[in-house]
Amino acid sequence: MDLDIGSEDRAFREEVRAFVGRNLPSDTREKMRRGLKLTKDDVIGWHRILHANGWGAPGWPVEYGGPDWTPTQRHIFEEETGRSHCPRLMPFGLKMVGPVIQAFGSDAQKAQHLPKIASAEIQWCQGYSEPGSGSDLASLKTRAVRNGDNYVVNGQKTWTTAAHWADWIFCLVRTDDTVKKQEGISFLLIDMTSPGITVKPIITMEGGHEVNEVFFDDVVVPVSNRVGAENKGWTIAKFLLGHERTSIAEIGRSKAQLEKLTEIAAAEQKNGAPLLDDPRFREKIARAEIDLMALEMTLLRIVSAESAGGVPGPEASLLKIRATELQQELGELLMEAIGYYSHPDTPEALEFGWNEPSVGPDYAASLSPVYFNLRKTSIYGGSNEVQRGIISKMVLGF
Amino acid sequence: MPFALTEEQKLLQESADRFVERDYGFDVRTRLAGSETGWGAENWARFAELGWLGVPFPEAAGGHGGGPVEAGLIAEALGKGLAVEPYLWTVVLGGGLLARAGRTDLLEELIAGKLQLATGFAEPQGRYALNDVATTAEGSSGDRSISGRKAVVFNAPSADLLIVPARTAGARTDTRGITLFLLPADADGVELRPYSTMDDSRAAEVTLSGVRAGGDAVLGEIDDGMALLEPAIDDATAVLCCEAAGVMQALVSQTQDYIKNRKQFGVPLSSFQVLQHRMAEMFIHKEQTQSMAYMAVVRAAAGDGRAASRAASAAKAYASEKGKLVGQDAIQMHGGMGMTKEMPISSFFKRITMIGSLFGDADHHLDRFAGMGAGAA
Ligand SMILES: Cc1cc2nc3c(=O)[nH]c(=O)nc-3n(C[C@H](O)[C@H](O)[C@H](O)COP(=O)(O)OP(=O)(O)OC[C@H]3O[C@@H](n4cnc5c(N)ncnc54)[C@H](O)[C@@H]3O)c2cc1C
Repeated sequence: MDLDIGSEDRAFREEVRAFVGRNLPSDTREKMRRGLKLTKDDVIGWHRILHANGWGAPGWPVEYGGPDWTPTQRHIFEEETGRSHCPRLMPFGLKMVGPVIQAFGSDAQKAQHLPKIASAEIQWCQGYSEPGSGSDLASLKTRAVRNGDNYVVNGQKTWTTAAHWADWIFCLVRTDDTVKKQEGISFLLIDMTSPGITVKPIITMEGGHEVNEVFFDDVVVPVSNRVGAENKGWTIAKFLLGHERTSIAEIGRSKAQLEKLTEIAAAEQKNGAPLLDDPRFREKIARAEIDLMALEMTLLRIVSAESAGGVPGPEASLLKIRATELQQELGELLMEAIGYYSHPDTPEALEFGWNEPSVGPDYAASLSPVYFNLRKTSIYGGSNEVQRGIISKMVLGF
Repeated sequence: MPFALTEEQKLLQESADRFVERDYGFDVRTRLAGSETGWGAENWARFAELGWLGVPFPEAAGGHGGGPVEAGLIAEALGKGLAVEPYLWTVVLGGGLLARAGRTDLLEELIAGKLQLATGFAEPQGRYALNDVATTAEGSSGDRSISGRKAVVFNAPSADLLIVPARTAGARTDTRGITLFLLPADADGVELRPYSTMDDSRAAEVTLSGVRAGGDAVLGEIDDGMALLEPAIDDATAVLCCEAAGVMQALVSQTQDYIKNRKQFGVPLSSFQVLQHRMAEMFIHKEQTQSMAYMAVVRAAAGDGRAASRAASAAKAYASEKGKLVGQDAIQMHGGMGMTKEMPISSFFKRITMIGSLFGDADHHLDRFAGMGAGAA
């Protein structure tokens, strides 16, 4: 047993690092580093740069335009790009509907959608949750009624991240309400420009707009846009839950946050000395670093098992729980580090190119909004309570 | 009997609770927070009428002869409604300093609702240390010139008068050598950069450039401003802990209602034992914060400096830490709804978060408490 990834993977790490160094637009990097607002163009622009290098679909096999990376390479790519302030690629096409279409889609669906996901030509969003169906997703009510070669969809989705950026939405819809709830669900691909779709913003507590409500009023969807068999959508939903668990660990991004925390604690003063020298605060940073280490080592064990041909099982839920708690912990320490300058609310300072002097230190303005926003991470993607439920049931057999 | 309220205190508590319940709905609060000043002048007039502005001050100054306990009861009620009126800044801290300095003339104005105050107790480099004062007051007793920067001065945008600690002697972090000055907010050389805060208060960065201060601008003794400032901040800290207890009560009861009513898997969320136990913890945190807050205002009222300081720091360390846990769990149990700006719970969460660092965070007060040594406080 050792901790060495081997020379080939080390060379790959260097290659990714060098590529990012040369190609990540400097304004995008600056926005990421300082926690400023990203535009749709920043995110898609970076995706396109990767695509031009053949890296547009990091987790995909070569037949669909992916680089066919090993689990270790995928992990290295995630870590390096996260650590060096690259925008997170939108997951809805690449990590969600793309793999679904690859596994369950028709040839026509593959040809229509996969190349445009890899190239970032088309943006997707995920229409699962509804006002009455969050943790209990299978209770969803949005209805799709068959009418010849079409479905007519009525209902409402909510918390839909980036619906206002998206060209297409993939939805779980109810196609049979006379059977057990999991057995009457189908998976549909819906063009967001279809008549009858309305998107309304939801503003989150820190003032950001990332989630939306999406209303469907007699929206006509061709039956050919259904993925898999009618009423077999729940199988697909479960497949998705198990897919790409490892990328959720966000090791690279948490390393970048830890570095930022250390820098800020060195710049902040407590009793005339750097906050970094305060034993209490230093211990908190050390704890966060150890938590990060524990997560990284667990991730590497899972990646290593995956490389040996294993499929990550439900124990990977632990990555979701600990990774999100770590992100929240780091967010909390960053806010704590800046003392009273966590109070001013200056959203204008989060716009790139805003040139007025900042109210506090120039790193301060984004830290409380980020802290507030990060509370979402233990709620979405299957809440941490739901993840603990999965471990209890699937791993511990309770 | 420990913690038993007098008849008068009971009436005060009831009237404050009634005001918040009847007249301070979340929609009212949202409207006021978004208004030009960020709080309600009509409410301030009500406070004056109800006698709340005079509650903690001596009868000789036109007050009601109460103290931190009475102010704490009001603050607790205001916390339940997340009131945006600057009671803490004008009445508790500003008024507390005026009372300690014997400025009854100004207290009368304050009690009548005609005076707003702000105190610049923090500087950009100073974190939570009251003694870290780089602002200087140069010249001789009758004519000084004050220059420096004050960080995140709450209520400064509405203030008529600013209370400004400035250094008249000693080195930057010396406890001696700080003098408190009372300056008109519109004096020459006072510059404000106003903003809203994360919890919908208003504050400003205050830059002082050669502001002239005569002898009558001095509050308390020259070089001995800390003798006023530290106990006044302790009192305000104790009162703030009462507000924190009020905010936590709201967080608990709103979450309790939410999980009773929200159904998933065909049952109320409150039927899940993990959530029941978390709510039981939240309840315990809120109860104990309230106990600590009451202890702190009682000690403050007794006016025994060291015991009051220990109690304030103990209560604040406790409230900061437990308030954070209660706030985070309240959001978590609301699921996606908890993340929205629209849902009141997120505003309560932001307020409890910001209270966490006001007058010093948990670490600051742990340090201070530990530094004061053991002792039956
Ligand atoms: C910022 C953000 C982005 C999102 N993006 C998307 C998106 O793009 N697409 C999409 O479809 N959805 C999205 N979601 C929705 C997300 O998946 C849901 O919020 C999540 O599933 C929880 O559902 P809920 O909000 O209805 O909370 P509820 O299910 O009502 O849960 C409330 C609380 O109860 C707990 N709870 C629920 N059931 C149990 C149980 N059995 N045992 C113990 N505790 C339980 C939960 O953990 C939570 O703490 C997003 C959410 C957020 C906040």
